Amino acid sequence: MKTKLMTLALGAMMAAGPVMADLVFPSLSYRTGPYAAGGIPFADGYADYFTLLNERDGGIGGVPTKLLECETGYNTEKGVECYESLKGEGALVFQPLSTGITYQLIPKTTADDIPMHTMGYGRTSAANGDVFSHTFNYPGTYWNGASGAINYLLEINGGDIKGKKIALVYHNSAYGKEPIRTLEELQKKYGYDLSLLPVDHPGQEQKSQWLQIRREKPDYVLMWGWGVMNQVAIQEAANIRFPMENFIGIWWSGAEHDVLPAGEKANGYKALTFHNVGRDFPIFDDIKTHVVDTGKAAGAGDQIGNVLYNRGMYAAMLAAEAVKTAQEIHGTAQINASQMRDGMEALSITEEKMAANGMPNFGPSFDVSCENHGGPGLVGVTQWDAANQTWSMISDFQPTDMEVIGALIAEDSAAYAAENKIDSQCN
Amino acid sequence: MFYREAGDFKTSYKQDNQTFPIKFDRYRYYVVLAFAFLVIPFIINDYWANAILLPFLIYAIAAIGLNILVGYCGQVSLGTGGFMAVGAFACYKLMTSFPEVSMFIHILLAGGITALVGVLFGLPSLRIKGFYLAVATLAAQFFLVWLFNRVPWFYNYSASGQINSPERDVFGIIITGPNAPAWATYLFCLIFLTICAIIARNLTRGTMGRTWMGIRDMDIAAEIIGVNPLTAKLSAFAVSSFFVGVSGALFFSVYLGAVEVGEVFGIQKSFLVLFMIIIGGLGSIFGSFAGAAFLVVLPVALKVVGVDLLGWPTDIVAHFQFVIIGGLIVMFLIMEPHGLAQLWRVAKEKLRLWPFPH
Repeated sequence: MKTKLMTLALGAMMAAGPVMADLVFPSLSYRTGPYAAGGIPFADGYADYFTLLNERDGGIGGVPTKLLECETGYNTEKGVECYESLKGEGALVFQPLSTGITYQLIPKTTADDIPMHTMGYGRTSAANGDVFSHTFNYPGTYWNGASGAINYLLEINGGDIKGKKIALVYHNSAYGKEPIRTLEELQKKYGYDLSLLPVDHPGQEQKSQWLQIRREKPDYVLMWGWGVMNQVAIQEAANIRFPMENFIGIWWSGAEHDVLPAGEKANGYKALTFHNVGRDFPIFDDIKTHVVDTGKAAGAGDQIGNVLYNRGMYAAMLAAEAVKTAQEIHGTAQINASQMRDGMEALSITEEKMAANGMPNFGPSFDVSCENHGGPGLVGVTQWDAANQTWSMISDFQPTDMEVIGALIAEDSAAYAAENKIDSQCN
Repeated sequence: MFYREAGDFKTSYKQDNQTFPIKFDRYRYYVVLAFAFLVIPFIINDYWANAILLPFLIYAIAAIGLNILVGYCGQVSLGTGGFMAVGAFACYKLMTSFPEVSMFIHILLAGGITALVGVLFGLPSLRIKGFYLAVATLAAQFFLVWLFNRVPWFYNYSASGQINSPERDVFGIIITGPNAPAWATYLFCLIFLTICAIIARNLTRGTMGRTWMGIRDMDIAAEIIGVNPLTAKLSAFAVSSFFVGVSGALFFSVYLGAVEVGEVFGIQKSFLVLFMIIIGGLGSIFGSFAGAAFLVVLPVALKVVGVDLLGWPTDIVAHFQFVIIGGLIVMFLIMEPHGLAQLWRVAKEKLRLWPFPH
């Protein structure tokens, strides 16, 4: 035990020699375990974008970026270890890609003055920046997703879904439970029937849930799934011949690896999204020249252009833009985590900025403010084409029911503020 | 040479019965205690506390608890994760209902509530044994996790089903929440571990421990010589669950701060603690410590060596962790089925004879 601690201390000392000349981006990734299928493309996209910035532009504002990866395995205990080991390395922003780890890090990052970006996941009420000073979840949240799905159903049903039966198949965890409250509120407004079908971690066993769907014959099935659960659900839906075009997943349930195992039968499956899909963007030429051809692609390099790869890239792009904003605000190229937070809060994403990065029309334009850390909450819908093996947008980014969501966010964040005695941050 | 009984005269029964009869052991024990209480709090930082020492201390409490049940009383249990969840949720409800009460009391009460639940799930042990009992406790594991997921009262109706530990203090020192200093959380857990270990050690040396071991070794024979299986088995379940509940409460409130019951207290937690006592040594308090240290420190050490020193890709290192730890477990079980504690015992025997082995 003692010698082990000694080697560990030695290792920690040798590893801790901080290179303060870089902009450090930790990547809490998971390339192993039941959620690796989703974790790998996201981590690759996140890493490749920063490699591209280093290779093509020499970093951000002249300062090279440095990506530190730490394997969490979607496990909260390992996530804590990763956070503690990386925060001492000058980490600018944490992106844990796990709702469970997010809940843990919200108070920790606030106490350590390091911002956290939980893009389209995590605690939805963190959109209220007045309470959650260091947590950002722009450009959209789960509650936007839930509302977006209902809006889409309204759209295809001519504005009336009264009496329609909607089933929610969800991962039985903090992540999967997030949309329930919003769906229940919207139920009061639109009068549909909602049934809830939880699926336990890791989600390989869903026979009984789909048997129930087969018996109850809901008109639409919504899914909040992640990892292996998605593939199983889509396969099960195909097995009971549930019409795929009536099956809509959240943005974490709509990537290539989720639908490919079901083959032709997955054709027509839909998923929500808050950014564009496909590889029809100029940035992929740059990635090919500067990252792939130089042999610096992260992972196996076979994920480029996949939905979740694009999302990782998008997350990295938003982080890099926030760094630029912070550099402007504070007049220094070598920013620290606290300045990064200011940059994220003042972030403004415009069509010009995205086009300049080679990602025209990749996501919505939006401004972050002190009160609003959640962005505009615009939600689009994509559909899977099994013959061509491509996802394509079938509904453009549309606004969601901010009236209902705003009230829920205010309620939940007020409860958090009262529980933790947090004062108003914005004046 | 210096590790020997000779010359260490005992003049009373009390001295003869002490935990560490050899002088060197006794001093080593005081030195370790002094180091843990007086030196580490001054040099500890957030990383050491949250990544290594807190999980080690808390898992050690859980391992001692399970060792009492499995190692001393011979009742196989796979419900540790569920009982830890009881401790965590009991602590959460107490913390949020009575914010002004000291955390010490909350943790102890959480342990007490878990003890009651443990006794309830221990009742089947009066009728069934061995593998069948393991299956019955497995039911406890799944039932408890399901319960905490299903009934919103347990998580105060929060939207996500997560429980978050608010900031609480002991004598004005913040113990839970993000602003708790590393030394305070460390000392808090260390005090609990020390007390638990001393209680467990003395319980197992006394009448109670002897009745447990009688039940373990041959329950019919024990019954014939006057051991009441009802009280023996249920007291083992109660004491064991108390320790496990304390560890669950600390795990949630001090270490993680936010818990999702299915992910943190799932079946894999039961197995992890069971592996700790099997590797450490069944029926040994030292074994509980050694097993907890082995399974907490080794993955972190492998990660530090693989990723930070050698610069390997994180997924390769993560896979190697499985291979190496799995291999070590198999190797240990083949070469020393009685665990690390037996290795320690053999080493001590050798030391006593050194330098004249026979």
